[in-house]
Amino acid sequence: MATQPTDWPLWEIFVRSRQGLGHRHVGSLHAADAAMAIQNARDVYTRRQEGVSIWVVPAEQIVASAPGDKEALFDPSDDKIYRHPTFYVLPDAVKHM
Amino acid sequence: MTVTQEQHFAFLLHLGDDALVLGQRLGAWCGHGPILEEDIALTNLALDCIGQARTLLTRAGQVEGQGRTEDDLAYLREERAFRNHLLVELPNGDFGDTLMRHLLYSTFAYHRMVHFAGQTFDQPLAEIAARAVKELAYHKAHAADWVIRLGDGTRESHDRVQSSLLRLWPYTGELFLPHPVDAAAAEVGLLPPAPVLQAAWDAEINPVLEAATLTRPADGWMHRGGKDGVHTEHMGYLLAEMQSIARSHPGATW
Repeated sequence: MATQPTDWPLWEIFVRSRQGLGHRHVGSLHAADAAMAIQNARDVYTRRQEGVSIWVVPAEQIVASAPGDKEALFDPSDDKIYRHPTFYVLPDAVKHM
Repeated sequence: MTVTQEQHFAFLLHLGDDALVLGQRLGAWCGHGPILEEDIALTNLALDCIGQARTLLTRAGQVEGQGRTEDDLAYLREERAFRNHLLVELPNGDFGDTLMRHLLYSTFAYHRMVHFAGQTFDQPLAEIAARAVKELAYHKAHAADWVIRLGDGTRESHDRVQSSLLRLWPYTGELFLPHPVDAAAAEVGLLPPAPVLQAAWDAEINPVLEAATLTRPADGWMHRGGKDGVHTEHMGYLLAEMQSIARSHPGATW
């Protein structure tokens, strides 16, 4: 590459696949604005029929949980297996659980 | 109102060569794009062109009826037998040159392809076109987007892409100048009349140039010759590179 796009913001890319119900995070890329981010995402992440819809989000707009809070956030659910739907029979009509 | 098999073949060859030669040119950007994302985008455009060339040359071979395949037509013809527009064989130049050429050509190719998709004279061509129309719609949008960014960008990007336009403009006349190959195709409804095609092209190119703050050059003397096999000095080098493997190892497969 001749130059690095260091002054272009980073975008997080989400793609909804043909069978998928929701958009999944697939990666990130650089683009000058949202329109270019959509085009770049189309070219970089949907070359093999992966998607039917694209979301682009400025990476700086994503607020992440702090790694240091991991124990407080997630460990309390370790011993609460009754929250999993494994203690009753799912009706056939319920899909996508 | 009829077209000879020879004219039909010549017309399809012309279409296939446009796509093949532009695909070969764009492929040279692989690994050289200004940024990774655009490098992939240009490669995608190249692959679309090669894909169109394969189907068009295969169809040309069927119409010719001599058993020539897409590979025979792509790799085993001499320069004078190629029938592409001069515009697509011009060197890539810088990124702005390539995107300006792509805007000028793919906008033309899009409208031509829309017509192919709707005509009934050549049904296999209509099927090829139905797919290619979607590809070219993206090509012209992507190219227009970049031409606007560059033209309406910095002072330097504006001046450079304006000079790209000036250099390429004399090669746009050939897209619309009357030619026997096109006249025969137009007679049977394969092509719209050149003024109709040019009006559709103008209606898209002018607003893009305006949004890009670029000045449309005056129509002056125009280069021509591609449809007669008379090419620019760049064509021989392009073919030498494109055909060298196929000619060094005749009939090789993997």
